[in-house]
Amino acid sequence: MRRVRVDWRTSASILGTVLKLLAIPVAAMGLLAVGYREPVVPFLVPFVVTLAVGLSLERFERGDPGPREAFLLVASAWLAVALVGTLPFVLAGNGTLADPVNALFESMSGITTTGATVIDDFAVHGRAVLMWRQVLQWLGGLGILVLAVGLLSELSMSGAQLMETETRTQDVTKLTPRIEGTARLLGGLYVGLTALMVFVLLALRAAGVAPEMDLYNAVAHALTTVATAGFSPEAESVGAFSPVVQWVVVAFMFVGATNFVVLYHLSRGDTTRLRDSEEFRVYLGVVLGAVVVVGTMLFLDGEYPLGEELLRATVFQVTSIVTTTGYATVDFDLWSAGPRHVLFLGMFVGGMAGSTTCSIKTLRWLVVGKTFRRDLFTAVHPQAIRPVRLSGRAIDEGTVRDVYTYTLVSVVIFGLLTVFVVVDAARAGVEVTEFGAMGAAASTFLNIGPAFGFAGPYGSYEPFPDSTKLVMVAMMWVGRIEIFPVLTLLTRSFWRS
Amino acid sequence: MIVVGAGEVGSSIAASLCQSHEVVVVDIDPDRVSELTYELDVLAIEGDGGDRSTLVEAGIADTDLVIASTDDDETNIVTCGTADTLGDAFVICRVKDTQYLDTWRSAEGAFGIDFMVCTVLLTAESIVRLIGLPAAQDVDTFAGGAVRMAQFEVPADSPVADQTVAEADRWDSLTFAAIVRDEEFVIPDGDTCIRADDEVIVIGSPDCVREFAADLSPSSAGPDDIVIVGGSEVGFQTARLLEERGFRPRLIERDPDRARQLAEDLPKTTVMESDATDRSFLEREHVGDADVVVTALDNDEKNLLASLLAKRLGAQRTVSLTETGAYVELFEEVGVDVAVNPRETVAEEITRFTREQRAENVAIIEDDRAEVLELTVAGDSSLAGRPIRESVPDLPAGTVIGAITRDGSLVTPRGETVIEVGDHVVLFVNTEDIDAVAAKV
Repeated sequence: MRRVRVDWRTSASILGTVLKLLAIPVAAMGLLAVGYREPVVPFLVPFVVTLAVGLSLERFERGDPGPREAFLLVASAWLAVALVGTLPFVLAGNGTLADPVNALFESMSGITTTGATVIDDFAVHGRAVLMWRQVLQWLGGLGILVLAVGLLSELSMSGAQLMETETRTQDVTKLTPRIEGTARLLGGLYVGLTALMVFVLLALRAAGVAPEMDLYNAVAHALTTVATAGFSPEAESVGAFSPVVQWVVVAFMFVGATNFVVLYHLSRGDTTRLRDSEEFRVYLGVVLGAVVVVGTMLFLDGEYPLGEELLRATVFQVTSIVTTTGYATVDFDLWSAGPRHVLFLGMFVGGMAGSTTCSIKTLRWLVVGKTFRRDLFTAVHPQAIRPVRLSGRAIDEGTVRDVYTYTLVSVVIFGLLTVFVVVDAARAGVEVTEFGAMGAAASTFLNIGPAFGFAGPYGSYEPFPDSTKLVMVAMMWVGRIEIFPVLTLLTRSFWRS
Repeated sequence: MIVVGAGEVGSSIAASLCQSHEVVVVDIDPDRVSELTYELDVLAIEGDGGDRSTLVEAGIADTDLVIASTDDDETNIVTCGTADTLGDAFVICRVKDTQYLDTWRSAEGAFGIDFMVCTVLLTAESIVRLIGLPAAQDVDTFAGGAVRMAQFEVPADSPVADQTVAEADRWDSLTFAAIVRDEEFVIPDGDTCIRADDEVIVIGSPDCVREFAADLSPSSAGPDDIVIVGGSEVGFQTARLLEERGFRPRLIERDPDRARQLAEDLPKTTVMESDATDRSFLEREHVGDADVVVTALDNDEKNLLASLLAKRLGAQRTVSLTETGAYVELFEEVGVDVAVNPRETVAEEITRFTREQRAENVAIIEDDRAEVLELTVAGDSSLAGRPIRESVPDLPAGTVIGAITRDGSLVTPRGETVIEVGDHVVLFVNTEDIDAVAAKV
């Protein structure tokens, strides 16, 4: 008999700790429900479940986790938290979220910091339940950040290995000798930025320029901005707030998709990392370039007159999509084909590696672009050896190959998912355009949030058939944790030999 | 003084210095020791430089200078450390590996070494100086870079060929210090005629020397396309120094791993993985169009072959590394433009350094038959306060004042120039007159 070679007990034990800790935010939401005089049961049950499951899993014998155990842990942790996150929605039983498939979609969209929603009427939901969506996204952002600096770089995986290369370029393999210390520093920075945003928003209200921004909304939006996640308890998203609030949100979205190692040095007054980072220049260039193109198109369409409104609408939507946040201040689905398609392309870019952003990320595109240019050169000079350099430092060919693989696999999955969405919708008799399907596929797999058509920024994913929604749930899960942890679980060699 | 290691470098240093110093040579090879005893006026001792008793026997206690010049870096460093513990001599160490130089530079006095010369870096520096001045055969700088000395061969199509020195004196701050004709020095005056195939030694500001070089051989303007053949340490350092000076050289290396390493370390260099004697490769990459081809392979024969091949394909100029000192002339005879011998370079540097106690900087010309040296004019100098026209006859015949720097800026010496106390003068002097000149100045 062939034995399972993965030490799943170790993974399960660490997963137990994660679920045990999840009881804390669930309990906090329970208290919030009490405060708002809303039903407590939707939070009491998951509190008991996560604590009980967590404590019992934790009793498994814990060894030293290797790469396989880490893959198993990462994949199962995101799935398990999503399942626990489903419970409050189902138990509250209001509106579309009462349906288990919808609830799972919303929960997975939360923990993967996607921001795609199935809610069609925000008014029927309690404030504690709406806040739970925000908290899920904030936890997802924190999780991915810790994962990016800590675990993934240890596993020498595509992207993460690059991230390591990039940070080594900047002489900070690790900010502290221990991964745990680094993760704590960056986690602290994440918490600090969130707190700063709450403070700024409340200060704006105190100054009288943001009357709608009460404490509840300030916290709710701070939780999902730095996480580049995109849920909002408001039906109109950030469009419900005054222009100055929208500009503040733009700033924090941009910061949230910036490499946290760079941010850490910046917070200590060291600007050299930022200036030396080639990736940052590309990231900034993509955002500015898209703003110019979209802004010009909108102006020519006569959508907005030349002025602050045009600039704000453009900068906000572009930043929101490129950073993979997914907020909106206007219904960009009503724009003409030009700006809509530029936004669609922007979905594939993403922010910098080592941040809370999703999608393919500028770092990979930078490597792909540089490698392609190198290959054009070596086509003419076959004997030339020309390493691909990032911020001046050569990266090894294995990493280049990993980046190409990742990018290719991403595009293939996107293509397959698009076809599936179209075919499945046709089967179920739901009317979905090809572009709508492409947008929804990219938006869920690349964890952005809003798409086009009925899944637009002010719309909902609810009309999709359940089968499509379940596949999207899986794709959000796969996409968020960089594809490989999930796909390796499907290989025979992962479990045996 | 004690010289440890009587290889090419050690013997060459001993030979240059045995006239003015009491030299003790230590070597581990008994044959070499007996050979040296007969060859030079030195005391040769057989033994290991890192061995305490050997150094004591060599008289470390009252030695002023110890030079460790074996071919092995670690042996040299240990020798220096030992010498430093046993006495308080000035310790000079020769190394190949640049990492030891880096360590020593970052903490002066590390390993007990007072002065460290790095063969690889010195060789690369001298190659780069040669590349920077087309047609130059030897280049040295003085007075903190304000003055440059260079030796050129005059081509037949040069504008200065068949002109007198007075006619050729068109470059503001440039002095013709000497002409080498048929292996003999000719000290030029206004009426001396410069002929094709003469070698001229000029001293002046770096700009003027560069201009002169460009005018001398109109066909070879400043180099642009430089190809380095061989990714040895010297090849690597040469490429690195060229990169620092704004060039984008090409480098050819045969070993894939080494090529990859070089490509990573040299961002502005195009590294190619190929055999440098593969003619079709050289043609495909247009190596024949190169302005300069530097061969820095690990073997003299390959260097010669690669140089000649490059030359045949049309390369303007070839600079070749030769590990064997005796090959330098041979290489230049068969068509290599300049041959550089690392051992000679390092021996020159050490000799120069030991002489610097008198002069601030020295360049050795034509196998030590003459020197260009930099001296500070003292208060009691016979040069001070007089125009050059009057003071020169007091100096030994054959001495030329090439340049004067006053407060860091260059003063071109002409007959009526008055030298002041504190000026730095750069002089061309025959080797046997050095002491006399130093005394006068």
